Amino acid sequence: MNYHWNWSIFLQPVPSGETTYLGWLLVGLQWTVALSLCSWFTALIIGTPLGVMRTLPNRFLSGLAGAYVAVFRNIPLLVQLFIWYFVIPELVPVKIGDWFKQLNPVLQEFVAAWLCLGLFTSARIVEQVRAGIDSLGRGQRGAGLAMGLTLGQTYRHVLLPMGFRIILPPLTSEFLNCIKNSAVATTIGFVELSRQAQQLVDYTAQPFEAFISVTLLYLVVNSIVMYFMRWLERRTRVPGFMVAK
Amino acid sequence: MYEFDWSSIPGALPFLVKGAVITLQITLTAVVFGVIWGTLLAVARLSSWGFLAKPAAAYVNLLRSIPFVMVILWFFLIVPQAIQAVFGGATRDIRLTSALVAFSLFQAAYYSEIIRAGIQSVPKGQAQAGYALGMGYGQVMGLIVLPQAFRNMVPLLLTQTIILFQDTSLVYVIGLADFFGSAQKVGERDGRLVELLLFAGAIYFVICSALSYLVKRLQEQKVTA
Repeated sequence: MNYHWNWSIFLQPVPSGETTYLGWLLVGLQWTVALSLCSWFTALIIGTPLGVMRTLPNRFLSGLAGAYVAVFRNIPLLVQLFIWYFVIPELVPVKIGDWFKQLNPVLQEFVAAWLCLGLFTSARIVEQVRAGIDSLGRGQRGAGLAMGLTLGQTYRHVLLPMGFRIILPPLTSEFLNCIKNSAVATTIGFVELSRQAQQLVDYTAQPFEAFISVTLLYLVVNSIVMYFMRWLERRTRVPGFMVAK
Repeated sequence: MYEFDWSSIPGALPFLVKGAVITLQITLTAVVFGVIWGTLLAVARLSSWGFLAKPAAAYVNLLRSIPFVMVILWFFLIVPQAIQAVFGGATRDIRLTSALVAFSLFQAAYYSEIIRAGIQSVPKGQAQAGYALGMGYGQVMGLIVLPQAFRNMVPLLLTQTIILFQDTSLVYVIGLADFFGSAQKVGERDGRLVELLLFAGAIYFVICSALSYLVKRLQEQKVTA
């Protein structure tokens, strides 16, 4: 095979001259990390209360949270992203739509991708939180209530602290999914990592170097998250409960 | 207020159906090859031979830690070039082929994790009983362990297949017109992107909800059985 490897391509300046191709990669990395983190925290903030709602005795409330999950789980992420980016700005009141369309394009793409990925991931967190609380069994809830705690206090001091510890491993994989899913934002032209891989292919004609480095960067980000979550698992472990399986 | 105009959808239906056929083609191919390749990977991973187990584990872990979009692009932009460089050959439209390969190989990694858990869920005594009857490894796997494992896994495999069905829309990144891609194209052409995107979303929602409901029923049946 007569492919001409040239790893020094990353040190060469891009056509506009303001940075190197390595600089492009780092910009992509930055946006991928920013988008994933923003979406992840949004998803936690929205997903946790809805997950709790899903386990409440009130059937109306739990049904409402169930419907929320169904909507976000049964429509492909890509379709959701296009709806956030192309459809919602048309349907909201004209003033808000116009304001959005006047934003810097990168910011427009970021906001749309953030809302999309945040809500998409939140639906998955709802299900995890519910599974965590359900896995505690009725006894814990009953014990809390029998001790005179209100339902709110039972959740706050008994169910949620234990439930979250149980679901840390699946939450880790949801976090990783969130990072991976951020690559879908390439379809609306957002300059995250996988978009930069394609740009490098177009500009440098060194496709292998571009794709190998971007793939490696994803692996590195993944490993860092995994390492951090394992640490969190160890830190929060309750002695005597859930010893290593 | 935005004024909806759905009139471009009826005329576009044949085109959309064509796209839907591509969607189904990719889904079915990936299910068939993904499950077969995934089973082999799972069995290899559970084998006591390191030279089988380690590469299988590396394959699964690698594919599971990179974005699917990247995998699709790898198989569209990079792998064909490498193959062409080695074997030569004319350039033609490889979008569908590369998508089929990427989906099968990628989904196999996800299926293999489900299948591995399924195999492990079959009590050890079952395999031992098989060996005690004088069966070989292949017979124990094929006649005793895998049939029971697959029965346990059906709901999870179906759930994964629903995800796969949704993920087919990602072929958009290589410009292949599946159902979603076709809808998007019609929308751009007629300046009715809003309607077409909502229509596509609704169709996906109905199909996936129906399938999810089916999976739930299956699970409940298993609990009571």
